[in-house]
Amino acid sequence: MTPQEIADKLKAGFSEAILEVKIEGAIDPYVKIAASKLADLALFLRDDPETQFDFLMCLSGMDNGKGLLGGVYNLYSITKRHKITLKVEVPADKAEIPSVSSLWPTANWHEREAYDLFGIRFTGHPDLRRILLPEDYPGHPLRKDFKVPEFYQGMKVPY
Amino acid sequence: MGLLDKQFNNSNVIITSLDNLLNWARLSSMWGMQFGLACCAIEMMATGASHYDLDRFGIFFRATPRQSDVMIVAGTVTLKMASRIKRLYDQMSEPRYVISMGSCSNCGGPYWEHGYHVLKGVDRVIPVDVYVPGCPPRPEALMEGLMKLQGKIRSHSSVKQSA
Repeated sequence: MTPQEIADKLKAGFSEAILEVKIEGAIDPYVKIAASKLADLALFLRDDPETQFDFLMCLSGMDNGKGLLGGVYNLYSITKRHKITLKVEVPADKAEIPSVSSLWPTANWHEREAYDLFGIRFTGHPDLRRILLPEDYPGHPLRKDFKVPEFYQGMKVPY
Repeated sequence: MGLLDKQFNNSNVIITSLDNLLNWARLSSMWGMQFGLACCAIEMMATGASHYDLDRFGIFFRATPRQSDVMIVAGTVTLKMASRIKRLYDQMSEPRYVISMGSCSNCGGPYWEHGYHVLKGVDRVIPVDVYVPGCPPRPEALMEGLMKLQGKIRSHSSVKQSA
């Protein structure tokens, strides 16, 4: 299926959850959806016989600098050989996105990374801990408003 | 101290100072702490392998700090790793030496400004004897650093307080 057909199919089933569709001029055509509907929509995309998105290529965190955090989901179907990108955005002060780690196990560590570096909480994740930084690291460093701490465990951090 | 073996020709007696003997033994068997942190470790492994052959200097990598004399900090020291390095250093028996290999462990390297997770120089947690510059340093550079450390050990005195 082409990205347009996939987007149309989503619009037919989840019209109220689709916020934006960008096909033309996008390197990766994407569909921006409401965060609350992400789990339902992802399950539909994975299990529908026409789409069969059986592979989550990448899951990224995002900070647009205007108080919005987001997640980007690059989906691919190995059987159907088509792909689509899903985007969600949530306010930074209430950054909660439903977890998709039960649908694609690969999301487990990706969501932990996005939590580690952006502080996005993935609700329903079985084990949401930091994956790269130490447990007691202050803050989430890839957020735009992050300030490098002066000291960490008595060690001076800035040069 | 010169070539020790020539003095064994006609008898089994040599005379030297204790300092010379101890220093000769130490600098001829600098066993390294075997761990690498980043791409510098690849160069360190190349230095240890057959082409550059660290064994000819009596340098063997040991898998435990208890049997090591020299810690070669090869690579980026993250804040998470820094406390582990400190602990490994504390577990080494004296006399112990540290070689800081590569720009990252010298001063933070390319992470000096935006590396929120990188310690800007391993000398912030443990004392360093020799700094080897490079990103990563070639095996020749690491061997130069090891020679420098040998020179430092050679001039050491057990009686005199070193500066």
